[in-house]
Amino acid sequence: MKIILNNNPEEFEGDTLSVSKIMEIKKFTFKMIIVKLNDKIVYKENYDSTFVKEGDNLVILHLISGG
Amino acid sequence: MTFQEIKTILKSKCVGVAGCGGLGSNAAVALARVGVGRLVIADYDVVSESNLNRQYYFYDQIGYFKAEKLAENIARINPNTLVDAHICTLDKQNIPELFRNCNVIVEAFDSAEMKKMLIEVMSDTLPHIPVVSGMGMAGWGNNDTLKEVRYGNLYICGDMCTEVDESKPAIAPRVSVVSNMQANVVLSILLNGNA
Repeated sequence: MKIILNNNPEEFEGDTLSVSKIMEIKKFTFKMIIVKLNDKIVYKENYDSTFVKEGDNLVILHLISGG
Repeated sequence: MTFQEIKTILKSKCVGVAGCGGLGSNAAVALARVGVGRLVIADYDVVSESNLNRQYYFYDQIGYFKAEKLAENIARINPNTLVDAHICTLDKQNIPELFRNCNVIVEAFDSAEMKKMLIEVMSDTLPHIPVVSGMGMAGWGNNDTLKEVRYGNLYICGDMCTEVDESKPAIAPRVSVVSNMQANVVLSILLNGNA
């Protein structure tokens, strides 16, 4: 499947993958992150049960302290 | 657009500033200077001496609430900008209440936890209001690493990687640059509808 991840086109094996699986594949291991799928927040407790499919727009952002 | 038209548009706008520290105080001052009509500012904290290396306060304001003193400083710069100053800790309940009439929100917290909370609450409750967040501004130099990125209604300014620590403090030049980048994105949104 082809998706947009953080504004860039990405291709993954298979028709659908959970948010957790994509984070594992792309090695997003940070503690403080925000996930948005098609502009909607995905909370941590739903990473396993939320599935990403062809054409989706996924944002995974590392939050950084300071200000 | 003529400069007069620009000023008329900005006068009709309201911007929320979540946090009145290094990012918030400097962004709010920039927005007041250009004549944004109303600012909704909020912070629970008081000014301390260690804040003065980057935040828009004065030595004789140490010990006073930041939201209150920022409103006073803005009134001295541009009394035509109305400031709703709230001395409070922002949370899931009061964020939608305080900011629901704003055209744009500047995320200006220090901690990553608070940044996350604000972005999530705004996205869940007021998804039509753009949020402009500051992310990564520790240390000095490296001007060329500072950038802006847009993800839908979420705009991020900063280098997106430097975390504040003992060897990379948050200090005036880089924090001010990022806060003014945020104010600059706010203007693009208010005047062009996007950044």
